[in-house]
Amino acid sequence: MKRETKLTRRETLLKLIAGGGALSLSGCGLDARSPAALAVLESAETLTRLAQRALLAPREALAREYRPEDISSYFRPNGSTAPDDPDYQDALANGFADWRLEVGGLVEVPLRLSLADLRAFASRSQITRHDCVEGWSCIAQWKGARLGAVLAAARLKPQARFIAFSCADTLEQSLDGNGQYYETIDLVDAAHPQTILAYEMNGAPLPVEHGAPLRLRVERQLGYKMAKYVMRIEAIDGFAALGRGRGGFWEDRGYEWYAGI
Amino acid sequence: MTGAERVLPPAAERVVLRHSALTRICHWINTIAFFALLTSGLQIFNAHPALNFGQTTEFARPLLSLAPNGFPSWATLPEAQDLAVGRRWHFFFAWALVLNGAVYLGDLVLRGGVRRLWPSAGDLKSIPRAIVDHARLRFPKGDEALSYNVLQKLAYLAAIAAFALLILAGLTMSPAIDAAFPWLVDLFGGRQSARAVHFLLASFLVAFVAVHLAMVVLSGPINNVASMVTGRYRIEEDEHEA
Repeated sequence: MKRETKLTRRETLLKLIAGGGALSLSGCGLDARSPAALAVLESAETLTRLAQRALLAPREALAREYRPEDISSYFRPNGSTAPDDPDYQDALANGFADWRLEVGGLVEVPLRLSLADLRAFASRSQITRHDCVEGWSCIAQWKGARLGAVLAAARLKPQARFIAFSCADTLEQSLDGNGQYYETIDLVDAAHPQTILAYEMNGAPLPVEHGAPLRLRVERQLGYKMAKYVMRIEAIDGFAALGRGRGGFWEDRGYEWYAGI
Repeated sequence: MTGAERVLPPAAERVVLRHSALTRICHWINTIAFFALLTSGLQIFNAHPALNFGQTTEFARPLLSLAPNGFPSWATLPEAQDLAVGRRWHFFFAWALVLNGAVYLGDLVLRGGVRRLWPSAGDLKSIPRAIVDHARLRFPKGDEALSYNVLQKLAYLAAIAAFALLILAGLTMSPAIDAAFPWLVDLFGGRQSARAVHFLLASFLVAFVAVHLAMVVLSGPINNVASMVTGRYRIEEDEHEA
């Protein structure tokens, strides 16, 4: 008799556990995407940024650089791969001969730079791994002007705290007109030796699907920070007024501003 | 059984304090964190539902692929496909898991708990007998129930080791961590290998939890769960030896 009651109890519990497993969170009335939940979860981003910056700072650590034979035979293009914005199409048709990179905002010397001007800046070539937020990785060689050198020529004003990159591609036709790609990074990453404005990929001019004529490389963060089709660089003291105010196209859509993880 | 035990009154059971308050709190924080990490992890996996070994992704030759849909939405957090929110949950509870695990391990080391988990030579010899006992669902009574048996010790040590490696493999997917500690990438043989190892270890821990829950249920669920809530554990005296 005793044994039987025990078995029934076991069965009941097994059923409860199985039932509990099958219940999804939303079934329990918990909204995993509610703003209140996200506000709490986002606190982890600050912790991650401070911890990673503390680990990286003492040695100004460089991202690993790979050998030429490690370069991926296929590098997946992501996001915009052929911007259909008319100004971009005109510049592309013209081989970017009349294209100019604008450097402005909180700088002493605003600049308008052609591709030839950019090639005259201190350059860097690096074979690095590109990590997409989706989870995949590809390796390529990138060559470009060091962002630090370009900003030194433009002479940042003391109030400047971030660098904003405005891009040619409209990635989303949104009602509020905020579908244009843009990104922001802070001055730590802007000054990093591997942060370059790349005009070459694997020894050839940057292909359109990878951001021709110019893309940003921020090697210690995820791919979405590395804006393609860069048209304008601006030194700013905050990014609340840009887009929806979170510091980038994907950041405005819920992704972390600090993408070191 | 020692002689001293035999003169005790023939009580059918006694109550001992099995888990300290700190152990209990850590256990339940770990439970919540593991569940959130697992379900948000499946959400993140679904953004690129394939695995590869090596540094880079061979899109045409995956090691394992659940393309195009990945895991069903009822298993992911949030339920809808939303990588951004999945990452928010994952990294919040990753911090919770790591900090909680550090407190637990610190306590374990400082209070000599490692000795209770580390199998002795005698323990290792008793593995075959322990397997037979488990297969027959014959669980220890009396004083034997006070300490972990060899299979429990090995399972708990494997789970702790799996958590540690899982965390390292997770960190290896971070480009900033790779810049700070390049040896991590070598340890796993590449970022994509680390992603595959992260997934395989998570699968191992799911299997661990399944066996753990089955054992909890089979060896007296109310007593076991109560001991992890209140700390108090009832021990049935071994009638055959009394």
